[in-house]
Amino acid sequence: MDEHISNLGVPEGANHGNLKSYVIGFLLSLVLTLMSYCSVVYDLLSGWVLIGAISFFAVVQAVVQLFLFLHLGAESKPRWHLMTFLFMVLVIGIIVFGSLWIMANLDYRTM
Amino acid sequence: MQHSSSSHVYPDAHQDTYSKTLFGFWVYLMTDCVLFGTLFATYAVLRTHTAGGPSGHDLFSMPYALTETLILLTSSFTSGLALLPSQCTSKYKVLFWFGVTFLLGASFIGMELTEFLHLVREGNSWRRSAFLSAFFTLVATHGLHISLSLVWMIVLTIPVWRHGLNSTSFRRLSCLRLFWHFLDVVWIFIFTVVYLVGGIHG
Amino acid sequence: MFGKLTLDAFKHDWIEVAAGLSMILGALFVAALLFYYKRWKWLWSEWLTTVDAKKIGIMYVVVSSVMLLKGVVDAFMMRAQQVFSVGDSHGYLGAEHFQEIFTAHGTTMIFFVGMGGVFAVTNLIMPLQIGARDVAFPFLNSISFYFFTAGAMLLMVSLIIGEFSAAGWVCYPPLSGIAYSPGVGVDYWIWSVQIAGIGSLFSGINFLVTIFKMRCPGMTLMKMPIFVWSILGSMILIIFAFPILTATLAMLSLDRVLGMHFFTPDFGGNPMMYINLIWAWGHPEVYILILPAFGVFSEVVATFSKKRLFGYVSMVWAIGAIVFLSFIVWLHHFFTMGAGANVNAFFGIMTMLIAIPTGVKIFNWLFTMVRGKVVFATPMLWFLGFVIIFTTGGMTGVLLSIAAVDFQLHNSLFLIAHFHSMVVGGVLFGFLSGFSYWFPKFTGFKLNETLGRYAFWCWMIGFLIAFMPLYALGFMGATRRLDHYDASTGWHSLFTLAGIGAAIIACGVGFQILQVVVSIYQRKKNKDLTGDPWNGRTLEWDTSSPPPFYNFAITPEVETRDPFWEKKQHPVSSPAPVHYEPIHMPKNTPSGLYIGSFGFLFCFGIIWYIHWMTIMGFLGVVISMIVRLSEKDTDYYITVAEIEKTEAESMRGGI
Repeated sequence: MDEHISNLGVPEGANHGNLKSYVIGFLLSLVLTLMSYCSVVYDLLSGWVLIGAISFFAVVQAVVQLFLFLHLGAESKPRWHLMTFLFMVLVIGIIVFGSLWIMANLDYRTM
Repeated sequence: MQHSSSSHVYPDAHQDTYSKTLFGFWVYLMTDCVLFGTLFATYAVLRTHTAGGPSGHDLFSMPYALTETLILLTSSFTSGLALLPSQCTSKYKVLFWFGVTFLLGASFIGMELTEFLHLVREGNSWRRSAFLSAFFTLVATHGLHISLSLVWMIVLTIPVWRHGLNSTSFRRLSCLRLFWHFLDVVWIFIFTVVYLVGGIHG
Repeated sequence: MFGKLTLDAFKHDWIEVAAGLSMILGALFVAALLFYYKRWKWLWSEWLTTVDAKKIGIMYVVVSSVMLLKGVVDAFMMRAQQVFSVGDSHGYLGAEHFQEIFTAHGTTMIFFVGMGGVFAVTNLIMPLQIGARDVAFPFLNSISFYFFTAGAMLLMVSLIIGEFSAAGWVCYPPLSGIAYSPGVGVDYWIWSVQIAGIGSLFSGINFLVTIFKMRCPGMTLMKMPIFVWSILGSMILIIFAFPILTATLAMLSLDRVLGMHFFTPDFGGNPMMYINLIWAWGHPEVYILILPAFGVFSEVVATFSKKRLFGYVSMVWAIGAIVFLSFIVWLHHFFTMGAGANVNAFFGIMTMLIAIPTGVKIFNWLFTMVRGKVVFATPMLWFLGFVIIFTTGGMTGVLLSIAAVDFQLHNSLFLIAHFHSMVVGGVLFGFLSGFSYWFPKFTGFKLNETLGRYAFWCWMIGFLIAFMPLYALGFMGATRRLDHYDASTGWHSLFTLAGIGAAIIACGVGFQILQVVVSIYQRKKNKDLTGDPWNGRTLEWDTSSPPPFYNFAITPEVETRDPFWEKKQHPVSSPAPVHYEPIHMPKNTPSGLYIGSFGFLFCFGIIWYIHWMTIMGFLGVVISMIVRLSEKDTDYYITVAEIEKTEAESMRGGI
């Protein structure tokens, strides 16, 4: 049974991406993965610069996949997907960095 | 579905079901992110607590982790292709791409289980240290999510095989696709924070 | 075959036997009633398989009321122990038993009374207030309820089979680790809370999507009732805080069951990480509980002052500020546990800040009353009690937020008095206000007002007498969770006073039970014929009492805040003829009940190491989900004829 996408209950304006966005997303992710990998395995960078670089590449790759695979920016207003996503990032930031700050502080004072 | 034939009499029941369901699933994904975030925070705190045992540097194989990463990345790509408008015209195309995704995902799990078995056999199980507890829990939670998605993939593709794609199966497969993409995004951070950082010399 | 479960698990002391027996007898009594009135089929088809949010809301009310009784009995037992266990006497409870009781008391009240109340009031009121017919995902709603109930049942079952945790309602390691709590108690606690927590998470998602996506035409966010805004805030907190709890409890369980070392004192584990994470959840949790209660008061105060709520926009900002700030204060729960001055100062200041939006809300309610035509019906009395108790409790909270002060008062009875002022004076009084306010809407008759007043005054006076002495005791050095103390402390008279207060509260509970029974008996006299017994302002009052199962025959269209009030100010002399369309509704299903039951078995299996039961429970959940996903016949249409009939039959005669 052949169905055109508009018969599948998808509302107008819902974004599914196109082949181009997936191919670009895939290639960019590939490049970023290899950049991080080589930086570590071939000692291209070291110390905090290395950690900063691979963290940066990870975040960029995540953003690439969010936009090109998950179509995060593409919804029409109100942008509920984007808003819940941003709040989640905020909460995770608070938990991860808050925990690291608190636990390091406890460690320092009690160990 | 019988409703569309009488849509001029009955109001369209499904017009906003798609956007409601996808949004609800998205919000669920946000909760899953916080769950992983908590596990990441714990890993970050306990990473150096090796209790005299091995650290990530001693245990992780970089090429192995890279292979897993590339397999999962490719599977994320193929899952996206499956529901493109050009593919939705034929159930065989949809099933093909989900089939490829499934095989890649299953290979990923196979590799991960092999790695875990190896670690356990060497005596480096989750009981050895806080670091290993955190490692196994973070990585295996991700692996469990992947495994459940694989089961879900089978469950959703069977009706497509039998009856073709309709609005219900499309909506559910769209949720699955979102889930699969999201699991690859989480893996980016596992690969970076666990394997790459663990593999840094010195 | 049965893992760790042996006949020993059924051995208990006489108090536990009495508790277990009264529970079983209560259940048998209900079963007998069902047999006598031949209502088993009705129970199944109208209630157990329902996906209607209003009915699910009523079921939440029933379960949380039963849990409230249990929790309050735990409290009376503790108060009694502390009156008698002084000097040479050691009261009637052993130390271990006392520890189980305070653990059960806190767990019951927070998770099964507090969260139950939140979901009860949300299910009942929120869809009606936004002009919707149900929530976004009715089947998921059913699953949430059954996971909640499964958690409550696990706690109740622990009274009969095995034991409950004795590690406090937050269950700190290393005490809660397998080395120091080798029994099943902590595991009961973990899984009871875990399964209820997953139900809560699903509800959070469900209600958030409902509010964002299912408001009736014309109801922009800034036209929603403040009750709905309060629920929105609470649901945002649930969505972003509960996963922390899920992960943390999972890690504690992994430590216990699989020998991991997250929170153990050896092999590199760090017990403080548990405390850090559990409170990162725990602080948002208390705001999850209080925001809906605030929402109730926003409705009650406006209605009983016959005046629109003062400061709508500032109320919305206050809710937003509370939601954000509640994520950055959590360390104040463990100021004394090793952090330095910088860390303590940051969290202390954030804690002080969070009092500000709360203060804004209280002033807004009071300003609503100014120059209003205030009616002191029972719901309003609960509000006034709240103002006194919650505000003083809140001020003691600001006092505690100063880390240096907290070093003196942490884990003292001062702290206990503070948080009970918040949860009893705030959360509980809010739900009791909502209960008496909305009772007529869902039953079709009003509660007996006189008994309601007696109940309120007993709670109010009883609370003050039970808890004000605790502030003093805290300053005098009394810590929490004491099952015995020396006569030389001089604490005995204050503990006795607290015991008297508890007895007065018990009378309040008695009056509440009496009120419900008498009101049912007198229901024909107190019928609500208009659907609007209090001259309300919001859409739920624009339906019959009880509302038809589809809520609105025609989806309302609104233009202002308080749309029902506006509609009443501008009555249309000859309304246009109504044109009904078929309404799409979900069918009832037993799948939610099955999934909840399998979930219960999964948890019970893990607790007792009954591996086949764990696997069966897990597979049962998965298979039930798959079966449900394959069902094609999950909804139906109500025909126009049925709608016309239902509308005509309703007391309002189809306005």
